[in-house]
Amino acid sequence: MPKKPMSFTLNDAETGVFVEEGQNLLEALRRGAGDLSPKFGCGQGTCGACTVLIDGAPHLSCLTLAEAAASRRVETTGGLAAGPELHPLQTAFMEGFAAQCGFCTGGMLMVAKALLAENPRPTREEVIEAISGNLCRCTGYGPIVDAILTAAARMQGRAA
Amino acid sequence: MSVEFRKDLFADERRDDLNEIGKPHTRQDIEGHVTGRTAYYDDHLFDGLLHMRCVRSPHHHARVRSVDASAAEALPGVRRVVRPSDVPHNINTLLSLIGFGEDDEQLLSDPIVRYRGEPVLAIIAETEAIARAACAAVRVDWEVLPHVLDPEEAIAPGAPSVNPAYSDNSFTYEPYDHVKLRFGDVTAAFAQADHLIEAEYEMSPIEQAPIETCGAIAAPETADRFVCHTGTQALFFSLGTTAKLLDLPSSRLHFIGGTVGGGFGGKVDSITEPMAVLGAVLTGRPVKFQWDRPEEMQVGAPRGAERWRIKDGVMADGRIIAREFTGFFDAGAYTRLSSYAGHKGTGHLPGPYTIPNVASNVFCVFTNRTPATAMRGFGITGVDFAIECHMDRVAEATGLDPISLRILNSYRDGDMKAHRRVAKNCALVECCQVAADKAGWTLSAQDKAASSLAGSDAQRAAIPETALDEEGRVGARKEGRVASTAPAPGTKRLVAGTHGRTMEAVSVQRPDMEILAERIGHAIPGATSAPAAAAPVAASPVAPSPPARPAAATPTPPAAAQPTPPVPPSAPPSPPKPFDRGVRRPGVSQFLSGSRRR
Repeated sequence: MPKKPMSFTLNDAETGVFVEEGQNLLEALRRGAGDLSPKFGCGQGTCGACTVLIDGAPHLSCLTLAEAAASRRVETTGGLAAGPELHPLQTAFMEGFAAQCGFCTGGMLMVAKALLAENPRPTREEVIEAISGNLCRCTGYGPIVDAILTAAARMQGRAA
Repeated sequence: MSVEFRKDLFADERRDDLNEIGKPHTRQDIEGHVTGRTAYYDDHLFDGLLHMRCVRSPHHHARVRSVDASAAEALPGVRRVVRPSDVPHNINTLLSLIGFGEDDEQLLSDPIVRYRGEPVLAIIAETEAIARAACAAVRVDWEVLPHVLDPEEAIAPGAPSVNPAYSDNSFTYEPYDHVKLRFGDVTAAFAQADHLIEAEYEMSPIEQAPIETCGAIAAPETADRFVCHTGTQALFFSLGTTAKLLDLPSSRLHFIGGTVGGGFGGKVDSITEPMAVLGAVLTGRPVKFQWDRPEEMQVGAPRGAERWRIKDGVMADGRIIAREFTGFFDAGAYTRLSSYAGHKGTGHLPGPYTIPNVASNVFCVFTNRTPATAMRGFGITGVDFAIECHMDRVAEATGLDPISLRILNSYRDGDMKAHRRVAKNCALVECCQVAADKAGWTLSAQDKAASSLAGSDAQRAAIPETALDEEGRVGARKEGRVASTAPAPGTKRLVAGTHGRTMEAVSVQRPDMEILAERIGHAIPGATSAPAAAAPVAASPVAPSPPARPAAATPTPPAAAQPTPPVPPSAPPSPPKPFDRGVRRPGVSQFLSGSRRR
């Protein structure tokens, strides 16, 4: 099977992988780069568990050709913390019980990060709209929405 | 409003300083979830991993005439075609691990498929794409067979036989083809009721739909073992099932699980684990068997469909004096856990209410639908939906407040339940009061004063005289039909969790069906008596023991009791006949029906 070399930035680190023709970014990240934080849930772009950021915008990595990420900046949940320091979104999810099985959590955090970068003071409706492409079967979404609003407030130095 | 929490169960094992509810608390596993470090089964990487996929039936019911896998085998990257004959012990039922039910399901089916999506062949290849292409290249010659998709059609005469272990399409609950519950005499009570309220309720199958699909990765390990990483919710069921199907000692299987990407009951069926381990055994390489989303939805076992018919006999004051059920659990093509749902659902009847006359027949029926399994409260959820809808219907028919009706009829501590256990730690009255409060619903002073602790009496605590019926007597158990692992009556055994207690053995409860005459409230007539006609109520012209009736269920003085209608001194009406396994026929009760096997 012919493979092509490809380089990109993964969570601020220069990364090189070999990709097969037609391989999706999810497989390239998981099996090629060894970043297991994006998850396979449906392979159809309906669940959002595989969501990553490419140049800051959320993308469904199961529907994105690996080569489309060449020379671009890819971010995953695996790189959300700055060393031992958790991101405010991660802290808010932990404190707010915003994950149970955890399988959708990585995708939720990625869309939330993109939302807050673009809109630091989102309304509840805007948070709901932002995560509307991400399915969660455990929480009923309420704690996730609350956690994103809490993180937004903290990042703005506001009370939650 | 203060709620009193009941703590007499396990009182000596219980800590009273627990006060976590309502406080923010951090899950012990959540840091792994938010950092992406939680390792689910698919997050274990293996060099040389092979991928396994199945060739599945496009038909609800069909016979495989022949399979031509030559084109698939010729594809580059295909490592192995797995056939039914490659499965060492290709027949199982999930609950065989606890000795319940007949082995009825193959891992790969040969030669009959009984639901759409049932696998007949598997392909192991270097990549998932090659495995998919190879599956598509397999040619199967199908002989399509007649199918049945509705439980009542499935148990009607002439229906196609779905499951060879149960040729008449219903699970065997020795000695019947249904789970039977009889408590008091519904037929006599219906004759005295002011209202008879009947309705039918249905629930469709519901897919658990976890975000992580079912799957497992198996690989050869040291010491002649196989390691298996799995998303199962039932690690030891999966281990035992794999050992049985593959005829391997469990000591050669190293199962690693416990991290589940959503389960909700849909990950107990232990199908992906034996498939992955079989692949590793046959190829000597790591093999992943993972359902994709369409497989999760089509062949992943859902909560099964249910249909319930309920008939209530209700007095003008709202007391429900009789309730009859016929229930159908649609198991799909194979048993899995539906047999257990029948028992569990019956144990819940008639809901959290003290009703002195209860009867039910619950069937676990095989149809050509996807096999059903566990999901959150399965066995209870469907019938509870039916019961609570029916309570609202009763409230409407009698013109009573729906919450007041529930408080009036709810279990009180000390009441006898229909399955002959004393109700303890009841809380429905208090739940109703809190719900009414939160909803801004006005309750009467009497309902506000009601309590689960008050209202029981000797009559409510007693097992009523229980009518016999044509299907056989309640409590009779045919000897020698099944090898039972139940201990003999009088056997003593140490109970689990005896720490801190004297190590005194306690008597094991008798098997459920061996109900002694004194426990059902009357002597069982001799074997020569005609069934039903020999009911002891009919034996006395003055009817000293009419069908059990509830005392007015109010905590206020007896003077407030509603008038009760006169009790007719005559014999109770004969039960409807004949019984015909739940199939509706003119003039026949659609509620009590069923047959005794042999």
